[in-house]
Amino acid sequence: MRPTAVLIPLVAAVLTAPALTACGSGSGSDPDTLKVSFKQSTDNSVKVMDNFLADIKKQFEKANPGKKVELVPIKAPDSEYYTKLQQMLRSPKTAPDLVYEDTFLINSDITSGYLKPLDPYLAKWKDWSQFIDTAKAAAKGEDGKTYGVPDGTDTRGLWFDKGVFEKAGLPADWQPKTWDEVLDAARTIKEKVPGVTPLNVYTGKPAGEAATMQGFEMLLYGTDAGGSDPLYDKGSKKWIAGSQGFKDALAFVETVYKEKLGPDVADALDPNFGTRVRGELLPEGKLGINLDGSWLPQDWLPGSGHEWPEWSQKLGLAAMPTQNGQAPGKVSMSGGWTWAVPAKAANPDLAFEFIKTMQTKANAQKWYIANSGIAVREDVAADPEYVKAQPGIEFFTDLVASTHYRPAYPAYPKVSVAIQEAMEGVTTGDVSVDDAARGYDETLKDVTDNQVIEK
Amino acid sequence: MERPTVTPSGVAVAPRRPRTRPLLRLLPLSPAVVLLLLFLAGPIAYCAWIAFTDLQLTGQAESSFVGLENFRTAFTDEAFLNAVWLTLVFTVVSSLIGQNTLGLALAALMQRASKPVRTLTGGIVITAWVLPEVVAGFLLYAFFRREGTLNAILEWLHLPSQNWLFTLPILAVSFANVWRGTAFSMLVYSAALNEIPKEITEAAEVDGAGGWRRMWHITLPMIRRSIGTNLMLNTLQTLSVFGLIWVMTRGGPGDRSQTLPLFMYEQAFQNSMIGYGTAVALLLLLVGSLFSVVYMRLLRTEI
Repeated sequence: MRPTAVLIPLVAAVLTAPALTACGSGSGSDPDTLKVSFKQSTDNSVKVMDNFLADIKKQFEKANPGKKVELVPIKAPDSEYYTKLQQMLRSPKTAPDLVYEDTFLINSDITSGYLKPLDPYLAKWKDWSQFIDTAKAAAKGEDGKTYGVPDGTDTRGLWFDKGVFEKAGLPADWQPKTWDEVLDAARTIKEKVPGVTPLNVYTGKPAGEAATMQGFEMLLYGTDAGGSDPLYDKGSKKWIAGSQGFKDALAFVETVYKEKLGPDVADALDPNFGTRVRGELLPEGKLGINLDGSWLPQDWLPGSGHEWPEWSQKLGLAAMPTQNGQAPGKVSMSGGWTWAVPAKAANPDLAFEFIKTMQTKANAQKWYIANSGIAVREDVAADPEYVKAQPGIEFFTDLVASTHYRPAYPAYPKVSVAIQEAMEGVTTGDVSVDDAARGYDETLKDVTDNQVIEK
Repeated sequence: MERPTVTPSGVAVAPRRPRTRPLLRLLPLSPAVVLLLLFLAGPIAYCAWIAFTDLQLTGQAESSFVGLENFRTAFTDEAFLNAVWLTLVFTVVSSLIGQNTLGLALAALMQRASKPVRTLTGGIVITAWVLPEVVAGFLLYAFFRREGTLNAILEWLHLPSQNWLFTLPILAVSFANVWRGTAFSMLVYSAALNEIPKEITEAAEVDGAGGWRRMWHITLPMIRRSIGTNLMLNTLQTLSVFGLIWVMTRGGPGDRSQTLPLFMYEQAFQNSMIGYGTAVALLLLLVGSLFSVVYMRLLRTEI
């Protein structure tokens, strides 16, 4: 029998169907499995977050029979972590149910529709009233809704090695009053203690947000630029360009690397340098002064990867001074991380239950201590056991009073990258301070759609 | 009995065949065609579309069509022009000069070497080629870095050392690309050289032509097509090298070794400007196309 015209398309459809069928499989996810993605340390021996989540997973699965928690670690330097996270959030097929979000990305990711507002859940959760207002504000979007539950905050200051200071003839109770005093101490160390890196200031794109926040903003917010916020003018809702403070901060960075007061530039531009600072340079007494955050001891605690019980005797703490000692005399920046629920999460209700399990007073306290974080729950902050659990926590907690928060608006991540590029230019010596500042101003106009004001 | 129809020209015409035959021929091809359209043509078309939008990875509610805005931005962006320049340097140094000449040299030397030497040399060179790109990147990073093997050797020889990845990053990654990509050229040229009849070379030798003259006047002209093919493939491959450079220098320090693929990555994924990054990708394709056209013309003149 001759094949008829009707038969041919039918056969074609039958042959093609298997190929087409394969395209659609795998969508959706198991309603009984909760996927929790988190940021895994790039130091293989540091398991603070892994261990904490494994413990919470047990508690959660025990309290919710039949439900399983799948931990999804993302091991990457900061910049790549953010990128990976954003890509995962774009599609229901790849979106986990719970994500660990840096507060500076909240507004940016909200604008893209990546995160789910948590207000209906928070309204029924009586523990929420225990969270301090500044931490709640950090997880709030421009629309007034809350998109994350904070798991701690931090402050920043100067860590210095008392042994190095002794060899250099510097005081053990050092508290610099101006930027010049910081630089002078570094110069003294360079001259008198060979083999030691005098001063670490994170810089450049490889360091990512650490360069912007631990490095640049700790300088910029200590200048007189822009009134209360040297980056963003809240009155006109515009980003500040052309400020002298910006150039002064760049000049400080340039000085550190030009005079070789900092690490070798090639090291400073290594994305894993921060890991080395905590794991090697500080414990080995090879770094004089480190401008860094309050969370460093997490790597040194018992059970962590680089146990260092003597750290509180070896290291001194000092507040970062303002540029010329002007009031309030010291500078700190604060950030923090939040647990957020993707808008495309398959199991949002279960995700919030997991958040509640993580953030009971007992578990939150355990986390703050293990993570060397500053408590954002008032009941934990008031607990004497928390306060005495770790030396230094009182020093860093006191800085909360004078700390600053980044202008976490949607354009901020790109503004941050522009700052990193300006820093990197003066760090390598490829660009002068003035040219770097000019480049920043031009980029600022691009990434903020010309919402720029000169101050 | 029916006779075949005879046309006036006297040629017999076979009875007409069923009309459905051409369609039947397409049937086995249809699954492959569908797959190609779905997984190859589709994504490419989507990328081409994105290049004309202002799509961002984060920080944006909706993207919109912006026409040629991304391309205008690129040509006024100093960082883009820097990336184009570095890409050309990288391609010329490591591919046209490095891989090409070294591959030819190896092939020529191996022609007159004994079999064990050929086998050993070929094996080593090809091993470098089959190494995963990331592994090769780490190897060469360890070789070039400040405390690396190269500086150790130089210091042992009492020669000045420097931080190659910092001071001359584009040359360091170019050398790395030569190291791991020469095998292909060597194989192409080995095959080409083996095709040259021995009589021609022997005749030239009898006439008194030395090694270099034989190479210049006989060998090179005879393998001209292979040279063209090899250059084209090498060039297109080298233009899009990303992993090796990313592992060794991440395009740094600053933007000293930021070729177009790395610039593209930075714009799309670090600066969240997916639309702009994709536009740069299209421009990279354009650069590759220009090289292709040039090589095609060179090859065609030989026919």
